Amino acid sequence: MRLVLEKRNEKSKKMQILVPIFSLIISALLGAIVLLLTNANPIKTYATIIHGAFGSPTKIQYTLVKMLPLLMCGLSVGIAFRLKFWNIGAEGQYVMGVIGITWVMQFWTWLPPILVLPIALIMSFAFGGLWGGIPGALKAHWKVDETLVTLMMNYIAIGIAEYLYINAWKAPKGNMGTVKYPEYAWIGKMWGKVHYGIFIALILVAVLYFLLYKTRWGFELNMIGKNSEAARCQGVSIKRNIILAMILSGGIAGLGGGINSAAVTHCLTKGVDSGYGFTGILIAWMSNLNPILSIFISLFLAALQTGSDALQITMKLPSSMSEVLQGLILLPLLAGNIFIDHRLRIVEKKSTEALEE
Amino acid sequence: MKKLLALLAIVSIAMATTFAQGASETSDSSADQTLKVGVIYVSAPGDFGYSYMHDQGTIAAENYFGDKIEVIRMDNVPENEECERAIENLIDAGCKIIFANSYNYQEYMLNEAKIHPDVYFEHCSGYLSNENMSNYFGRMYQMRYLSGMIAGKMSASGQIGYVGAFNTPEVVRGINAFTLGAKAVNPDATVRVVWTNTWFDPSLERQGAVSLLDAGCDVIAQHQDTTEPAKAAIERGAYAIGYNADFGKIIDSDHVLVSPMWNWGNYMIPEIQAALDGTWKSQSYWGGLDDDMIKLSPISDLVPADFQKEVMDIQTEMAADTFDVFWGKLMDNEGTVRQMDGEKMSDSDMLSMNWFVDGVIGSVN
Repeated sequence: MRLVLEKRNEKSKKMQILVPIFSLIISALLGAIVLLLTNANPIKTYATIIHGAFGSPTKIQYTLVKMLPLLMCGLSVGIAFRLKFWNIGAEGQYVMGVIGITWVMQFWTWLPPILVLPIALIMSFAFGGLWGGIPGALKAHWKVDETLVTLMMNYIAIGIAEYLYINAWKAPKGNMGTVKYPEYAWIGKMWGKVHYGIFIALILVAVLYFLLYKTRWGFELNMIGKNSEAARCQGVSIKRNIILAMILSGGIAGLGGGINSAAVTHCLTKGVDSGYGFTGILIAWMSNLNPILSIFISLFLAALQTGSDALQITMKLPSSMSEVLQGLILLPLLAGNIFIDHRLRIVEKKSTEALEE
Repeated sequence: MKKLLALLAIVSIAMATTFAQGASETSDSSADQTLKVGVIYVSAPGDFGYSYMHDQGTIAAENYFGDKIEVIRMDNVPENEECERAIENLIDAGCKIIFANSYNYQEYMLNEAKIHPDVYFEHCSGYLSNENMSNYFGRMYQMRYLSGMIAGKMSASGQIGYVGAFNTPEVVRGINAFTLGAKAVNPDATVRVVWTNTWFDPSLERQGAVSLLDAGCDVIAQHQDTTEPAKAAIERGAYAIGYNADFGKIIDSDHVLVSPMWNWGNYMIPEIQAALDGTWKSQSYWGGLDDDMIKLSPISDLVPADFQKEVMDIQTEMAADTFDVFWGKLMDNEGTVRQMDGEKMSDSDMLSMNWFVDGVIGSVN
């Protein structure tokens, strides 16, 4: 007798609901073990995290603000992953977006004030799109491995950003960073810390959902991901679609950087590479590449990050502990996904042999 | 399936009730009388460097005040807008005085200081202030000068390496003072600088030191948060100059010649006292030897005793204000004269220093 994993014919609807719930319970139990080892009360700790993320209007605002760049990066990665193009470069594409918007905000001062923000945002999309398009083109034309290229290009982008805010574009006074953007070009606040950029993201979710699920192009992308040979036979241009999808993917990450800069940081500064792009990979994966689900997953991850601050304050745990907890919470969720596509079956020894024959 | 749902219901009810409890507990605890002190660190106190020494200061304050204060620490807070969230969270938890220990926090702290006039803010190593926000730092350049003397004496090749974090005035000033100290002992000494563009990154800090050692440097000094540059130097048989804490003791090697050290508690304790007494005032504080804010660690036995005395004599003169590091004719490393004979540099010039003195190999930008 032994256990085997069998591929399901189609994704199990029941499992799609049950897996996250069970994973969360397992996560909580795993976390509890670690917390008990450090003499912290697990239930109180989890309550603290929830309270830290949603316990007051200000806390909710911070969580929502944090969610936005995460959501944008999640959407970005989600598009590339549809084609099984492993874009782990959203971090760099995000940073390039910030560089793009900063360039316009600092040097395109001849623009009429009303146009600065829109053009700056378009530039952030363009810079991110360029940074995504390059590995796309390399893959499409010369089959260069995209995982390595996108990963390495992160560090190039971060290096360029550092050079700009530490050396070339450094503001004469104040923090390490560029001069602040002109105030008329900032994205305004609508509720405390929450800014209007959130609408751009929500509209983008709707557009992407339509594009990916309701149009022929979305269907083509899916087909390339599922079976690129079949797509080719159907006359789908794989090269063109890879490059287009990567420009869109990088552009969205870049736009995320642009929105966050125009609304929150108001300059290119230290901490521009704060890992949103890498978390975006998790979001895309956990949301099953679905833009609408990405909203909830990015909210969950943002809450986990803002809520974990409270661990240091209320529970007096070091910040490394909150990172351990975050990791432990995510691990079962990711691992559990296998049961959506697969089923676990207990097989009698005889019948296994029969199967193997 | 029914059992399962029941289980889920129980779990969620349990979570909800404890959540409510947790929420009420946090609001209760802000009512008591102890002064809550918030502390924000750029790295973890486990770095055995910059944040470690700040934490030593915090611990000194905790021991001094006992039950009168409650300290809430936040470590590894990024130097971006997350600093504002950390401050908001600390204020939400009831903190009335908040210390933050890294340069790039200053603008975020100033934003928060303007929103929360009833909280005292203390920013370390910057220059911004407000009615309710002080900035504080120490004249570490004096200790840099003394450690530079020792490096100049002990370097056989006259080539000294310096791993620098960022091109901020604080770091540049330290490198300049160090170089002047080295050149006072060995006029041919050079100080080669590499930038890591990070305060805290053990592997990058080490790489910086290794590249300097490869270039022929036989003493490595550093403006970084961890012991890695010093360790890299010692592993290659070179000498190291520590920073922040007594590296000689932490690494346990006599190849660490000396470490310029901080003593933050001497600033934090009077400030917390003032907050308790209600006499707190905003200031720009730049403490020196007289306040015991800065000091040298014990010097390694490898340094000749008579030379150690020479160094200590200069320190005595510094404490007596009869010796200035940035005094007299100063030339930058591109040949421009920056200060004339007989002139003394003002504090504001020192606080905005953005050029290297003659003898430094490297550029600020």
